[in-house]
Amino acid sequence: FPNPLSSISGISMSPSRQNLHHSLHSTMALPKTSYSVLSAFCTEENISQCIAYINQEVCSLGLTGVSLESKSGSLSAVPVLNLLYEVLQLQRRAQRALHELETQQLKNGSDLEHLQHSNCRLKDQLEHTRRDNSGLHEGERQLQLKIKTLQNWLKSEKEEVQKLQSIISSRATQYNHDTKRKERECTKLKERLNQLLMDKRDKKLSIEISNHVGRSDGKRGLWKTGKMEARHEGEMYKALLSDYETRQRSLMMENSELKKVLQHMKKDMITILSPKKPEPANDSLEQAVSECEEEIGDPSRETLEQSCEQAREQLTNSIRLQWRKLKSHMERLDSQASLVASQEREGEEMMSRKEHEEEMQRMRMELQQCKEFIHMQQQLLQQQLSSPCDEETAALLNDCYTLEEKERLKEEWRLFNEQKRNFERERKNFTEAAIRLGHERKAFEEDRAAWLKTQFLNMTPFVDRKRSALSDSALSVGTEPEAKLQSTPPLVTKSLFSTPKAASVKMPSTADLYRTLHLIPDSRGHGKCQSGEMSTKSRLRNCSTDCSVLSFVRDENSPI
Amino acid sequence: MNFSEVFKQSNQLCKVSPDGKYLATCVQYRLVVRDFNSLQIAHLYTCLDPVMHMEWSSDSLFILCAMYKRGLVQVWSLEQPDWHCKIDEGSIGLVSSRWSPDGRHVLNTTEFNLRVTVWSLCTKAVSYIKYPKACQKGVDFTADGRYMALAERRECKDYISVFVCDDWHLLRHFESETQDLAGLEWSPNCCVLAVWDNCLEYKLLLYSLDGRLLSSYSAYEWSLGIKSVAWSPSSQFLAVGSYDEKVRILNHITWKKITEFEHPATIINTKAVVFKEVEKRPVVGSEDLSIHQLTVDNSLFSTQSKYEITQLPAQVPVIKPDPDRANPKIGISALAFSADNRFLATKNGSFQVLSLFWHCSGSSLVLLSKEHICLCYVEAEEEK
Repeated sequence: FPNPLSSISGISMSPSRQNLHHSLHSTMALPKTSYSVLSAFCTEENISQCIAYINQEVCSLGLTGVSLESKSGSLSAVPVLNLLYEVLQLQRRAQRALHELETQQLKNGSDLEHLQHSNCRLKDQLEHTRRDNSGLHEGERQLQLKIKTLQNWLKSEKEEVQKLQSIISSRATQYNHDTKRKERECTKLKERLNQLLMDKRDKKLSIEISNHVGRSDGKRGLWKTGKMEARHEGEMYKALLSDYETRQRSLMMENSELKKVLQHMKKDMITILSPKKPEPANDSLEQAVSECEEEIGDPSRETLEQSCEQAREQLTNSIRLQWRKLKSHMERLDSQASLVASQEREGEEMMSRKEHEEEMQRMRMELQQCKEFIHMQQQLLQQQLSSPCDEETAALLNDCYTLEEKERLKEEWRLFNEQKRNFERERKNFTEAAIRLGHERKAFEEDRAAWLKTQFLNMTPFVDRKRSALSDSALSVGTEPEAKLQSTPPLVTKSLFSTPKAASVKMPSTADLYRTLHLIPDSRGHGKCQSGEMSTKSRLRNCSTDCSVLSFVRDENSPI
Repeated sequence: MNFSEVFKQSNQLCKVSPDGKYLATCVQYRLVVRDFNSLQIAHLYTCLDPVMHMEWSSDSLFILCAMYKRGLVQVWSLEQPDWHCKIDEGSIGLVSSRWSPDGRHVLNTTEFNLRVTVWSLCTKAVSYIKYPKACQKGVDFTADGRYMALAERRECKDYISVFVCDDWHLLRHFESETQDLAGLEWSPNCCVLAVWDNCLEYKLLLYSLDGRLLSSYSAYEWSLGIKSVAWSPSSQFLAVGSYDEKVRILNHITWKKITEFEHPATIINTKAVVFKEVEKRPVVGSEDLSIHQLTVDNSLFSTQSKYEITQLPAQVPVIKPDPDRANPKIGISALAFSADNRFLATKNGSFQVLSLFWHCSGSSLVLLSKEHICLCYVEAEEEK
């Protein structure tokens, strides 16, 4: 028996907690491995003893024991299982308790650690604060010392100041005394000097004057009498009084003006305070109005008693009152207005915003248009300024602006040249015609002269001298027109052939020209049929040429 | 602008007669009277000694010439050049001499300020006034010439005597509440006498014509006090300039200060216009300074100055006076009101301006220094 029991007790009494788990496992794993160990405890022979022992143990634990079946000496399983179950329960409870205890143990350990740490820290802190404290104490002590020294110093300074002040005052009195003494001495000296000089007065002090001068105001000097004194006094007081009177007058005026201003102010304030529109809950105002109305009756009284103290006070008081009321009224209005303004502000803003936005829109449009315009201008300017890439286009574009004019000019030049050519032609024709005409005329005249000659010769032979004279004259007459004719064509031709620049050449008058060309009927009036025909022909021709000649002549003069 | 020829004078004695017709100058012991317009010599008088002081009488008929060394005063007449008058103070000496406002009395102050002798040219009468005080301004006549105020000092106290100038009758004699009276001045309306103490105490007293004390004013204690005083022409304001560089204006109704003006070294006030004199000297090379050129070319040394408006803040040059010396050169030393009551000119500090006074029209201010004279024209702006 003792061997298995001791072995069992050795197993059950597991010593250290590290082996707990091992032991638990070992106890849990008991059935397998230790059955062989426990086999020593219970054998076939010592069942009852084992049971008794187990019952003992179990009873000590507070569990019901197992009873032996007396029948076959075998154990009934149920109580044994119950027992086992209870033992297991016990075991589990014990394990749980153990577990709890272990956790508790851990917690306590950590708490202990923590506490130890904090303890250390606090100890350090305490040390630190102790040290600071001692330092501060030290500083305080020093400052106290300083204060003491400064106070002492201040005291000493004050004492010094007092001393100095007393010194100053004493010295001041000393100086005053000294100066007074000196002044007295001085006056004594002066007196003495005066005396001395007075004695000598008659000798030296004098005035030499040739003659007396009249007074500046022309009056005579007056004796000094009491009346004079009184008069002087009187004059003095008169001067003072007049000065005071003027001053008083000006002050009175000022005063009355100020009073008037105050009255006006009061009236204005009354009118401001008495509202035209009825305002709700303004009892104070109504009161004020009633008060004001009462007081309006006062001014008439006030104007009468201007110098009265009471009236003056009344006026100033009433003004003050009104002013206070006005102030409160204004404050109220201000607050109201601010409220209203904050309410209305949005609406107003919206209104103005709309307008504002419209304005903005319009302005933006304008701006856009202007910008586009400017842009366009800029582009054009760019095109202008930027030189064309090739020279041909440059050359072409060079005179593009004046192209129209140039074309026109060309046209006109062409026309001009044409006309010029026409004129040339006509001129030529005309000159030819004129030359021919001249020749024909010459021939005609020759014929006529010859005819006349024959006529005369056929007439009486007695009138030789007369005839000769007549013939001379006729000849001369005849030659005259000839000469004229001869002269005029060259003149005409000369004019015709003259350069355009020589306009200074004397032109034959148009009448002469016409006459020579027989366009105008002559005074002589002989026209032959031939010549007439010729003349008409030539006239016709000359008409055309004449116009051109004349126009040409005219053109000569005009500058081209 | 034309210039006359230069005339000689001595002792800066050159005065125009009150009626503006004559100009009197003194050259040593000669008195030269010229006609003002033509500058021709009208009269020539010879005095017995070099003339120290010369003064016209108020009616321009007489000229007073005082010779302090000899104690003589000679009076000359313009109407009658042969007329002569000689006042001899004798051994008592002469310190100052002046006319009375009616032009018929001569007031001589004897040496040591022993007395004031009033000599009458009409009656040969003599009056004495004892113990006149020797101070900055001890005598003042009223503007209408009727009264004279004289400061006296007896038994260490200040007194004021008011005389009637007609016959030198003593009208009032009263004690002044000053410690040491420095000056007195009548108001232009002849009714108030302003009396001020010397600089050791700031005290201004106002006495009425009949000797009553109307008011007293003291701006501060202990520091140096009043330096100069000026009445406004309408008698409404009294300007007091003091050593603390401020001018205080009192009003005639309450005799209290209505405003005070400061004279700071830096002018910041935006309403102020600062004119600064800029001198332009022509630069002369040293080789050009030949004697010939010096005599011929006077313009070499003439400096032209013009006035520029300086930007604000403007810095006014300040010379710190020696604090140990008495009567330091700080504070308002000159005050002048313009005739139309609109402007007040003040001189602060140690500027070289010796005197300033206004033209009677009030449109220009004359500044006199030792060597220069400057006219400042004031343009009055129209107020809207």
